Amino acid sequence: MSAPAPPLGALLARLCPMHLIVGPTGHVLSAGPTLVKIAAPQPLPGARFLEMFEVLRPHGADSMAALAALEGTRLRLRLRAGPRHALKGGLCRLPPDGALGPTGGVVLDLSFGIAVVEAVRDFGLTAADFAATDLATEMLYLLEAKSVAMEESRRLNHRLEGARLAAQEQALSDPLTGLRNRRAFDQALARFCQGGAPFAHLHLDLDFFKQVNDTHGHAAGDLVLHVAARRMLSILRIDDVLARVGGDEFAMLLPGIEDAAALGLVAQRLIAALEEPVSDGARQYRISASIGGTLSRFHAPGDGPGIVEAADCALYAAKRAGRGRHALHAPPEARPGAREWPDQGVATRSR
Amino acid sequence: MNGLINRAIALFMRDSYGEALWKEIVTALDAGEAAFEPLMPCDPAVTCALIAASAARLARAPEDLLEDLGTYLVSHPRAEAVRRLLRFGGVDFADFLHSLEDLPGRARLAMADLALPEIRLHAQGPGRYRVEVGLRAADDLRVGPVLIGVLRAMADDYGALVLLDHRGCDGRREMIEVRLLDAAHADGRAFDLGAGQVAR
Repeated sequence: MSAPAPPLGALLARLCPMHLIVGPTGHVLSAGPTLVKIAAPQPLPGARFLEMFEVLRPHGADSMAALAALEGTRLRLRLRAGPRHALKGGLCRLPPDGALGPTGGVVLDLSFGIAVVEAVRDFGLTAADFAATDLATEMLYLLEAKSVAMEESRRLNHRLEGARLAAQEQALSDPLTGLRNRRAFDQALARFCQGGAPFAHLHLDLDFFKQVNDTHGHAAGDLVLHVAARRMLSILRIDDVLARVGGDEFAMLLPGIEDAAALGLVAQRLIAALEEPVSDGARQYRISASIGGTLSRFHAPGDGPGIVEAADCALYAAKRAGRGRHALHAPPEARPGAREWPDQGVATRSR
Repeated sequence: MNGLINRAIALFMRDSYGEALWKEIVTALDAGEAAFEPLMPCDPAVTCALIAASAARLARAPEDLLEDLGTYLVSHPRAEAVRRLLRFGGVDFADFLHSLEDLPGRARLAMADLALPEIRLHAQGPGRYRVEVGLRAADDLRVGPVLIGVLRAMADDYGALVLLDHRGCDGRREMIEVRLLDAAHADGRAFDLGAGQVAR
């Protein structure tokens, strides 16, 4: 040999910052700077390798001889002290001629593997702590870039979900009054029928609305509809369903009402509220309403169409009897209930 | 083109010139919200129109505005994620310059449809570099001025002292001259590899 080779440890320290040279006695002769950093405050050089590191796989590497036999095997190990992140690596035996180091010793090179994110954080590592060939910084870059993209994706999903809900809400509501539309009413009716609990249904038709619309224009008509919707809402309870099912037609579902007199009272209140003049500041508009109603207990369980038809019939009867009236439709066998709704369950003046 | 670019322009304009002025520009252009959706594709014509309208409204050359945009992307706290991702490129400013050629590839890894033009770095002697940025064939969007702003802010970030000069275009690419006068002029900002938000 013409010139003395650089000591192997110094050479490896520059190329492999996570290398170890372990002598035949099991003591660490040389350690890369990154390993020294993560083992701190315990000094690595001079320490016994197996006292510092636990070999997780393969099992049973509990002596220098057993360790040396693992040449060519993928190792999984960890520090016994400090944050115990898994390390991966491999080892090779120093050549028997002693040219590179004491015979019977081994060289190990380690890396963090998948634990690199936590390791960087826990040990405060920088790019300089990794070998030039180590993909740790690329992996960190990718993880961070993907996290940013993922966060954007999460936000986008959130916004899309909001837009979807808004669209759905729109599709179920009447844009002019903000009330539910016929589709939403049908869905609600189906739900009420399925639920089986008693409820009442009112079908309301505005009286004289057409005159307001024809005489004073659509703006006046729209205002009247808007005010009418708010007044009806103020009379109904929070769980009641109110839908605009036609130009000047409204449908209601009132859960828990199984008494004809109670329903009649609601109808009276609705008509009274709607008969209050509506003002646009310059002019006053007067309308009224006719209402037909029925109770779910008058019908076969789940008979939604029957309930709607009954309320329609009652509304027709109320209209025929004059404006501003309400009527109850009851099947013949329930007619005793017609006492509260005189004249064979037909129209009665609201006030 | 990706809505992310438009969002960057929007954030830059709002943070620099206020919400009202930006609203005025967007309303005049009738640009819908979808144009600013980071994960959605978007027509480059919208980006061109945004830049032209912003420059006109501020009575500034588009190049100057784009350079400020580049600086904003690195130095504004709101864009911290961009600064961090760029800092992964190198341990010092010279190392970072050499990573510029990887930038379009890195951007693609993060977001597959974020098409940045090709970037070439030519070393021209000690501390002298020429950065070439490909011109987009389909439109006249210029990435060069943005890159100058990014380079200026990144030099500050690394604590390096540099001179930057846009040397014009040759039909296929823009040319930027970089003179690295002092790699350790100031302390620069700290970069902690593990400080980023990592979704688990």
